[in-house]
Amino acid sequence: MSNSKLSQSISTDGADPKISEQVLDVEKDLLSMESYSTIGNNLVEDAKMSVRNVNVFYGDKQAIFDVHMDIKKNEVIAMIGPSGCGKSTFLRTLNRMNDTIDSCVVSGEVTMDGENLYDPKLDVVELRARVGMVFQKPNPFPKSIFENVAYGPRLHGLADSKVDLDELVENSLKKAGLWEEAKDRLHQPGTGLSGGQQQRLCIARAIAVEPEVILMDEPCSALDPIATARIEELIEELSQNFTIAIVTHSMQQAARVSHRTAYFHLGKLIEVNPTETVFTMPEHKLTEAYITGRFG
Amino acid sequence: MSKDNRKKIRESLAKRNRSERHFQWFGKLGVILGLAAVVLLFVDIISKGSGAFRATYIQLEIEYDPDAIGVLDVNDTEELIFANWQNFAKKSLRDLFPEVTKRGEKRKLNNLVSEGAGFDFRDQLTQSPNLWGTKETLWILADDDIDTYYKSWLDDDPFSARLTSEQIKWIDQLHSKGLIALKFNTKFFERGDSREPEQAGIKGALIGSFFTLVLTLLMSFPMGVTAAIYLEEFAPKNKWTDLIEVNINNLAAVPSIIFGLLGLAIFINFFGIPRSIPVLGAIVLALMTLPTIIITSRAAIKSVPPSIREAALGVGASKFQTTLHHVLPLSLPGMLTGAIIGMARALGETAPLLMIGMVAFIVDIPGGFTDPATVLPVQIFLWIDSPERAFVEKTSAAIIILLSFLMVMNFIAVYLRKRLERRW
Ligand SMILES: Nc1ncnc2c1ncn2[C@@H]1O[C@H](COP(=O)(O)OP(=O)(O)O)[C@@H](O)[C@H]1O
Ligand SMILES: [Mg+2]
Repeated sequence: MSNSKLSQSISTDGADPKISEQVLDVEKDLLSMESYSTIGNNLVEDAKMSVRNVNVFYGDKQAIFDVHMDIKKNEVIAMIGPSGCGKSTFLRTLNRMNDTIDSCVVSGEVTMDGENLYDPKLDVVELRARVGMVFQKPNPFPKSIFENVAYGPRLHGLADSKVDLDELVENSLKKAGLWEEAKDRLHQPGTGLSGGQQQRLCIARAIAVEPEVILMDEPCSALDPIATARIEELIEELSQNFTIAIVTHSMQQAARVSHRTAYFHLGKLIEVNPTETVFTMPEHKLTEAYITGRFG
Repeated sequence: MSKDNRKKIRESLAKRNRSERHFQWFGKLGVILGLAAVVLLFVDIISKGSGAFRATYIQLEIEYDPDAIGVLDVNDTEELIFANWQNFAKKSLRDLFPEVTKRGEKRKLNNLVSEGAGFDFRDQLTQSPNLWGTKETLWILADDDIDTYYKSWLDDDPFSARLTSEQIKWIDQLHSKGLIALKFNTKFFERGDSREPEQAGIKGALIGSFFTLVLTLLMSFPMGVTAAIYLEEFAPKNKWTDLIEVNINNLAAVPSIIFGLLGLAIFINFFGIPRSIPVLGAIVLALMTLPTIIITSRAAIKSVPPSIREAALGVGASKFQTTLHHVLPLSLPGMLTGAIIGMARALGETAPLLMIGMVAFIVDIPGGFTDPATVLPVQIFLWIDSPERAFVEKTSAAIIILLSFLMVMNFIAVYLRKRLERRW
């Protein structure tokens, strides 16, 4: 990916008042629309995960409206949009993390390799081993670095012996780019690491169970620029083995790490296109307004 | 900023500072009053109660002569049971004061030593029969009236209301010969309750409290913690769980005597559990502490950040595993703190135990969970109600012991909380 140039082309200079008015009209239209269709190539041929007709409610409040989208195998797809537009909610439908919220109801269909994830017969424990997640705030367990990484494999019985487990932990830490820093302090608490290291530890913990898809919800929003750059590098490396869906509030980040970008607005999926297209010639007025900095 | 505004600010500043100073004064006053009350309480209780840890003893030459107590055959257990053991002490006293001959005076003389001395001789000789026929110099516990007088006399404030002038004279003589002295009161820690103040000890109540508390903890802690975990982690949030929550809070506010009535009506009358036993006391106290433990445990569980749960669920832990591996260990210190505070409350509880007969006069030290027993605060209640002046210091001493236990428990709770508190 050579998106680094792209990120520079995103202008955030002052909004033309005329355009703003138009945008507001479009937004009003969107609110009143009963049905809408996503612009761009939201559906692909070799989909790893497919989302069809998905609506998400928190009690009476609808957070996601009728989303249709595919996630391609081994791609990095970025979800962007103004805060509160439902990016996290959508991401959490992909590993049924929303199940943990009592008021949350999901309708529609989400499949992975053709298998319906919302099938009542499916066990979420297995699903979450296959679809890993990295959260906004680094959340290592208050245990040792080793225990953090070993937790998942132990749960699922992935290592046959102590040696196996050691190797698995080492490999995961290596893949997460934390091995060099952590190898001498494996048995010290993970909470003693710096923020960026903690987040890489969380990534190591997620990949230790060898998931097929990794979901990341604003993984860098709590980190400084240097730590952010390391995570972004890591995402690029990981994309060779994993399918990655990342929510980000930074357009530069989306431009740097992702292959495709999905733009959400008020719970609706407005546009999905190759990242380059989204940031150079967005098709939808709202996308354009967002990437030029007219919404927060 | 304009000059005018700065002036206004400066003026208002004086007022603000003044009210801040007043507030601080009020705060300090409150703290000082609180501390003063605590200090006053302790000084009063310790000055009244410390006497109980020492008792007045009289040194006597005792000759273990079977004749003296009217026993013909020292191997005849029947005869030994009905022997007049107190006579050993009486005889020795008469030898000490041969000038006393009148009947009434003799009785007064005999009254110098505790009525319980005879039981000690019996125990001593049953244990080692080879003592028969030998002589021993012993410090014998004095009667409570003597004890009260002697202690007050040493303090230059003699309380002689219950003694005759002869008795006072004898004590003077004993004192000048060095035959009367204050010594550490071992009986107080070895005995159960007694009608004779000098024989009354705290051990029965201590053991009773121990048995009752152990059972209370065993019953209420596991139940309270599981209930808290269920309510916090598993139960759906709906109006039923809201109702349960409200009622648990209500239960925590129910006056403790009501739990005693519950014990009386249900456990004694309906289930037929015998009264006065630690098992019953523990059931009642467990019911009373259960809401406290549930509430503190829930608070402890709530303080575990949701991000930890998400992390565990995110790698594929089941809800139960998440709770068992992460939430429970992280909230355990908080739960223990709550349990200790609940136990401290249960230890000091009197009212419900009065209702279920743990207020009975029990001399024997309980040997198990189903032996009739009393507990520390009830013992205090019993003693404070006794007319003998010597019980005042017993009462205060029991209060000192009860307060020490409570303080130790609270210190442990604070220590645990400080030690295991986690910063996120
Ligand atoms: N647990 C929840 N309960 C109720 N409403 C929620 C909850 N989480 C999110 N929402 C609502 O759903 C909408 C989408 O939220 P979210 O997915 O967090 O947005 P984003 O991640 O894009 O900022 C918001 O309006 C938010 O208020
Ligand atoms: Mg979000």
